Amino acid sequence: MDCPDDLRYTPDHEWIRREGDEATVGITEFACQELGDVVFVELPSPGATVSRGVPFGIIESVKAVYDLFAPASGRVVTRNDSLFDAPEAVNQSPYGDGWMIRMRLSDPAELDGLMDAAAYRVALAGE
Amino acid sequence: METSGGGELRRLALHDRHHALGARLMPFAGWEMPLQYAGILAEHEAVRTGVGVFDVSHLGRCRITGPGAGRYLRAVTTYNVEQMSPGTAHYSLYCNASGGIDDDVFVYRMASERWLVVHNAANALSDFQRVAAVAGAAATDVTAATVMLAVQGPLATGVLATVLGFDVGAMPQHACREIERDGRAVLVARTGYTGEDGAECILDSEEAWRLWDAVIAAGARPVGLGARDTLRLEAALPLHGHDIDASTNPYEAGLGWAVSLGDGVPFEGRDALLRLKAGPPARRLTHLATFERAVPRAGYTVIDPGSGTAVGTLTSGAFGPTVRRGIGMAYLPSGLSALGVRLEVQIRERAIPVEVVPRPFYHRSK
Repeated sequence: MDCPDDLRYTPDHEWIRREGDEATVGITEFACQELGDVVFVELPSPGATVSRGVPFGIIESVKAVYDLFAPASGRVVTRNDSLFDAPEAVNQSPYGDGWMIRMRLSDPAELDGLMDAAAYRVALAGE
Repeated sequence: METSGGGELRRLALHDRHHALGARLMPFAGWEMPLQYAGILAEHEAVRTGVGVFDVSHLGRCRITGPGAGRYLRAVTTYNVEQMSPGTAHYSLYCNASGGIDDDVFVYRMASERWLVVHNAANALSDFQRVAAVAGAAATDVTAATVMLAVQGPLATGVLATVLGFDVGAMPQHACREIERDGRAVLVARTGYTGEDGAECILDSEEAWRLWDAVIAAGARPVGLGARDTLRLEAALPLHGHDIDASTNPYEAGLGWAVSLGDGVPFEGRDALLRLKAGPPARRLTHLATFERAVPRAGYTVIDPGSGTAVGTLTSGAFGPTVRRGIGMAYLPSGLSALGVRLEVQIRERAIPVEVVPRPFYHRSK
């Protein structure tokens, strides 16, 4: 299972990649495998506020609906609009083209409370 | 994917084959069934454009043999099965005293006095008891002794012709015939539940792995229940327990063609069905499609935007992978079931516009 070393991870299988005061958010390859084929993604508009641990969007596979939980707090800078017409990018490239939102972090230190890749791999081993 | 716990699940005879192919398994109607192998969308696509094979051995299979077998069946099913020619299959219903649909079934007349009925897995026990109550020892439950494989898709009959050694494609729709393979009988029927061309094969469970392996080797992709559901929904084929059940009748479900009243032969539910047929149904199973990408699901509310009131509930729904729209079915007041009527489906906090469309949602090109 691919878990890139430059990301932080939540117990709900979202990832976050910090770039200065901003960060990009998506879901992990493990989450994609559990969900199955993604057919619909609903994301917040730029400017929306997201709060750590609170749902910021919806992802739907063929079989079920899931909440997306924010790994950190902040304001949405941009969202991946290409997922509305081509949600299969989430399965095909969860850490690349399947990204969901880019956000400005209100407290970058929040990321210290998330798992690094090594810890996430340990967590997955227990799933 | 939550799994409902409790109870021993029955395993398919080909369980090890599915496991080796990487199937993700799920409990379904008391069976441990393949939900998917490579992925639901890829499997759906394979059936629409190539060929897929489904292990549907969880379906109940009941053999009825001997003089009077046709009469026994006629007493429990809505369709006049006695008029079926040997070597054909027909869709039929089991109805209750109120005319509600206890199950929908497929009847195969293999020979003049040899019949097979395929029941939904969830109803298999009560269905068998219903048949045995009239047929007695003439009825045999062959669910465990046989395997049922559905080979479906535009390339299905070609693959089966190669594997079985006869021109399956030359059989008319709903024809069935028994052939011999590996020294055992195989029932081959031009039936299915996907809206595609294809056939279903019922054969001895001990030898079934040979046919499974041969069909896979000839290019069929294994397909699980996930894609079976999206395929049947695009084809607008009702699923018992969702789109039809003991509280819905054949006329409002658009299944009046599976009910024969003209032969005068009594059968379970006939009196109620006669009364129901006397007038137009107050509600109809209606087919709805979204304009934008959305995923209507069973249980979502249908709203009449004119009055703002709830007018029905989706019995099935999905994003249709081939039609690329959200699709669903709901019982709606007949006045709202006409083609082109604009309605809404409540999806979380949004009311998504939908229109009434013809069935099926997907029509294969011939």
